[in-house]
Amino acid sequence: MTDISPAARTAPASARRSFDVGSVRRDFPVLARTVHGKPLAYLDNGASSQSPDAVIAAVDDYARAHHANIHRGVHTLSQEATALYEGARDRLVGFINAASRHEIVLLRGATEAVNLVAQSHARPLLVPGDEILITHLEHHANIVPWQIVCAQTGAKLVVAPIDARGDVHAEAVEALMGPRTRILACAHVSNALGTVLPVARLMAAARARGIVTLIDGAQAVAHLPVDVRALGCDFYVFSGHKMFAPTGIGVLYGREALLERMPPWQGGGDMILSVEFENTTYNSLPYKFEAGTPNIPGTIGLGAAVEYLGSLDLAAAHAHEDALLRHAQAALTAIPGLRLIGTAPRKLGLVSFVVDGVHPHDLGTILDQDGIAIRTGHHCAMPVMDFFKVPATARASFAFYNTFEEIDRLAASVERARRMFTHGPG
Amino acid sequence: MMDLKDLYRDVILDHNRNPRNFGPLPAASASADGFNPLCGDRLKLHLRLVDDRIEDIRFEGQGCAISTASASLMTESVKGRTRAEALTVFERVHHLLTDDAAEAGDELGKLAALSGVREFPARVKCASLCWHTLVAALKDDAAPAPPAVSTE
Repeated sequence: MTDISPAARTAPASARRSFDVGSVRRDFPVLARTVHGKPLAYLDNGASSQSPDAVIAAVDDYARAHHANIHRGVHTLSQEATALYEGARDRLVGFINAASRHEIVLLRGATEAVNLVAQSHARPLLVPGDEILITHLEHHANIVPWQIVCAQTGAKLVVAPIDARGDVHAEAVEALMGPRTRILACAHVSNALGTVLPVARLMAAARARGIVTLIDGAQAVAHLPVDVRALGCDFYVFSGHKMFAPTGIGVLYGREALLERMPPWQGGGDMILSVEFENTTYNSLPYKFEAGTPNIPGTIGLGAAVEYLGSLDLAAAHAHEDALLRHAQAALTAIPGLRLIGTAPRKLGLVSFVVDGVHPHDLGTILDQDGIAIRTGHHCAMPVMDFFKVPATARASFAFYNTFEEIDRLAASVERARRMFTHGPG
Repeated sequence: MMDLKDLYRDVILDHNRNPRNFGPLPAASASADGFNPLCGDRLKLHLRLVDDRIEDIRFEGQGCAISTASASLMTESVKGRTRAEALTVFERVHHLLTDDAAEAGDELGKLAALSGVREFPARVKCASLCWHTLVAALKDDAAPAPPAVSTE
């Protein structure tokens, strides 16, 4: 990194003052635990983030006092469970500024949401020779569902390039938008590199050409404000567990006009109005896409996470995260033989790196012994690893509850590992 | 109690830094590929079998310290052995890596250094990848390209 001066290693005092990280940390009970006798430094938020008391309590309260199946049954518990579940949907409408609750489909996660769009929107429309445009930095969840639908329809997957810094240039993507491009699917923020994509410009360019758009927001929603109508995307997908909610719940936002035209993806209970053997009438949006009893506690937890985020000064939280990222990049690049993977000018949330002579997997084990949780591996983005000619990277990914001290421990532990592998144990 | 020094013993660190029998083997009579999708480790193992004896063995690829050292130690250990002897060593190492009660007997020699790995369950696959690849290569040394071995 050339844009980080040594002075930046000390975080700006303003970021510390305006955001009381100590107070926020007390909301997250797991952060008080130790791992191998050391205080936990949880730097794997890109894989999954921790839940605050408010989320844990909401899920707990539901299980203890309100559990029943939703949308049926006139008894009190069923009505309470329905109100909690649908209340969470209403909060999600505001969270991403959807036009209505009809546009919020509750699914297992971002992965399921991409698969739904691929199978329900794309598959009926695509004909041989049509093109689906993605970028080189996508997570496998935004590659493989499109490959499947390409195999089913004869459509072609077109991949927009990244540059040596792991950046996506809007012009390069636009140059690949042709007369046969039907769908543009891209990340908002790269999970392997931290790159923030120029999504607003890409959406405008796609819209002007009549291309349907999907944004994979899994790595974005916890780290920046998302306004789907300002972005102008057709679909936006994200997962609850990367924004402080439980696993197994996520959201497909879709523009109502598009969702209306799409056939159901899965059949079952709750997605129908009436069933006869000759004819079945599907339910209205969003229920048409929510077959079967959904993840009720997960949804309630996600609603509580949205409410919790609303209680924070998010601008200050995001500024704190940005300061953490700069601090981490400066502290890590001071280590000899360490190379950052992904140095795009606009990054957030994480730092991916490799160290000469130390395999990321070994690094992960050594850091774990120091109580530091990071992710090592290919991050479900093997094409990114191939591009940078590395088998894997180590990735530290942040949330607003992380501290500068945790990052200093990360850097010290990486340096210890490097010495161990280059000079022998000791 | 897990101890890093038990995992990264001097023998392991040495074989990671200076892997033995590393590189291509043009005269190979058998080869096999190993892949650990969890961490991206890839390993290519080449053998030259003469009258059922491993006359030469070399490996290529990139992996973590545990996987590299295990492969390096393995090539040293099985070079010169018959197929049956090599499979016996495989059984012993497999036992050592997976059975908490297993003790590293003298017959394992330097391979005993791998015993620390079993305290780190996430890393057992790293150590065992090359051994499963060896078994695949020994199974059919006539086949030009046996299917890749995966730890998954």
